[in-house]
Amino acid sequence: VTTPTTQRASTASLTHKGGGRLSDRAFWLVTLVAGLLVLAILALILLTTVREAWPALSYSGTDFFTSATWAPNDPDADGPLGPQFGALAFIYGTLIVSLISILFAVPVAIGIALFLTELAPRRLRGAVVTVIDLLAAVPSVVFGLWGIIVVAPFIVKVYQWVHDVFGGIPVVGSLFGEPVSSGRTLMTAGIIVGIMIIPIITSITREVFATVPESDKHAALALGATRWEMIRGAVFPHSFGGMVGAVMLGLGRAMGETIAVSLTIGAATQIVPNLFASGNALPAVIVQNFGDPGVPPGRSALIACGVVLFVITVVINYGARIVVRRAEIRMKGAAA
Amino acid sequence: VTTLAPASGSPAAGSTGGVPANLRRSSLSQRRRITDKVAQAAIWGSLFVTVVPLGLVTYYVILKGSRIISWEFLTERIPRQAQTAGGGIGPAIVGTIVTTGTAALLAIPLGVLGAIYLNEYGKQGALARTIRTMADVMTGVPSVVMGLFIYIGFVLVVGEQNALAGAFALGCLMLPVVIRTSEEMLRLVPDELRQASLALGARKWRTILGVVLPASVSGIMSGSLLAVARAAGETAPIVLVVGLTYRTNWDFFGGNTALPAQIYRNASEPYDAAVDRAWGAALTLVVIVLITTLIGRFIANRFAIKER
Repeated sequence: VTTPTTQRASTASLTHKGGGRLSDRAFWLVTLVAGLLVLAILALILLTTVREAWPALSYSGTDFFTSATWAPNDPDADGPLGPQFGALAFIYGTLIVSLISILFAVPVAIGIALFLTELAPRRLRGAVVTVIDLLAAVPSVVFGLWGIIVVAPFIVKVYQWVHDVFGGIPVVGSLFGEPVSSGRTLMTAGIIVGIMIIPIITSITREVFATVPESDKHAALALGATRWEMIRGAVFPHSFGGMVGAVMLGLGRAMGETIAVSLTIGAATQIVPNLFASGNALPAVIVQNFGDPGVPPGRSALIACGVVLFVITVVINYGARIVVRRAEIRMKGAAA
Repeated sequence: VTTLAPASGSPAAGSTGGVPANLRRSSLSQRRRITDKVAQAAIWGSLFVTVVPLGLVTYYVILKGSRIISWEFLTERIPRQAQTAGGGIGPAIVGTIVTTGTAALLAIPLGVLGAIYLNEYGKQGALARTIRTMADVMTGVPSVVMGLFIYIGFVLVVGEQNALAGAFALGCLMLPVVIRTSEEMLRLVPDELRQASLALGARKWRTILGVVLPASVSGIMSGSLLAVARAAGETAPIVLVVGLTYRTNWDFFGGNTALPAQIYRNASEPYDAAVDRAWGAALTLVVIVLITTLIGRFIANRFAIKER
């Protein structure tokens, strides 16, 4: 508290007794309520979505997580079979897409962060920061539009080439199977999302790199290390924790990315190792089918997908914040 | 004073005047020199990998969008059939203004109040720390989940999809961003200002509203505008809770639409007319987002708290 201890006594003697005290309490209360709103919203999200998802979850039971059959419209009208809600294919698609995007974005983001902190000429630095900010400002639906209209038809040729070259290799080759002609595939979605999460990973790794003590770097260089050896020996070990946190934040963002994925993933309910095949992801399935969710509990099942997504992203984000904070505390200690 | 160890890997050779030979760059072993060059090239390459997609997106949005954009396109009704050529996106622009504007009016005051609690009252207390962490976590909640939440909590209760629901969803997405950026800005206000105000006998609430807030208002404004820009591009919640319209609707109630939703719907249509409209809407949206961002940046640069 910054207020000096004499303040309380002096104001009391300056104004009439307790004057303005009520408004002080009222203002405190208003701000407190506004602050608590965050906790309330998060709790309400969990509460309301779980309640609405319950019919589908109890209808499908564990099948929801273990079956890859999503048949929201009763397959045989009055027959014995009801609609089926198995979200495994969407969970698989979400994991694959976010994995591809992370594999793509992390090296690039770390490269840019290193460029900004270690390599960039001063004049270029501002320009690169602007580029990253602009990249972060482009709405995801615009990336999706670009992905579906421009990237997908073009990248199919690249897929075909990769398939021709690597498709024959056992095991690894199954990842590079025959590409879908539309180009709307797990790989395409992963690349687009990867581009979209570069800014968030960059901004955090950059902050982390900036806290590496100059003396450490100078020491490494003075010992005869090359630029790269200095980065590997002084920058990376110091910022490892923060980098892990940044990657986790990027992962959370990638998993929640809805529209760009929905447009570029191809909307197919299947689990295949082929990265050049269509698939679907949890958030994408929600927006695609929400207008026409099938027979009850179809809408509830979509909300259940949302619950799964919510829980996964909250856990990842919470973990990431803890990791970043811990790294920050350690780094401040080192810098002091 | 200890003698400098020679760079590892290079043989201790005799100096030939100037820089000792074994400290020259050329005396590095082949492997180390190449590794260094490759790594630096990779770092430059990562820059390339980022600039190219941004450049391509910008290029295509401008190229394809500018072909269709005209005053009619910006003001006319949305055609009912996706394959019909002509028509415009007027209702979507109105919808974006109504939803995003209302969301801003809801989220910015609440967010600033929340930030005031964190920085002026809660400080490092347990509750404030929890709120801070949870606000960070909330920024990571996928927008589609926020859409589902408002669908259940508002649309199902009221019985219709409308612009107000969209505003709530976007507001929920903006709130944590506004809280965290505003708190950063409040933290920059020098403590002497608070002490001076309190010493003059002002109550704490007057100090905050009369001294602390005005001192940080530019930072808060710019941070909030960035949040608004981000929210204007959110698509998933709009698709879930705002509903549908083909004509201009300034009202909170009744079906509405917004630019991102129009881009999304038209992008997946197989008709050229629809795809053209999607590009036009994309250019409009990008311009709106960019202008908001630039205004935010301008305010931040122009009126920032003077570094002391």
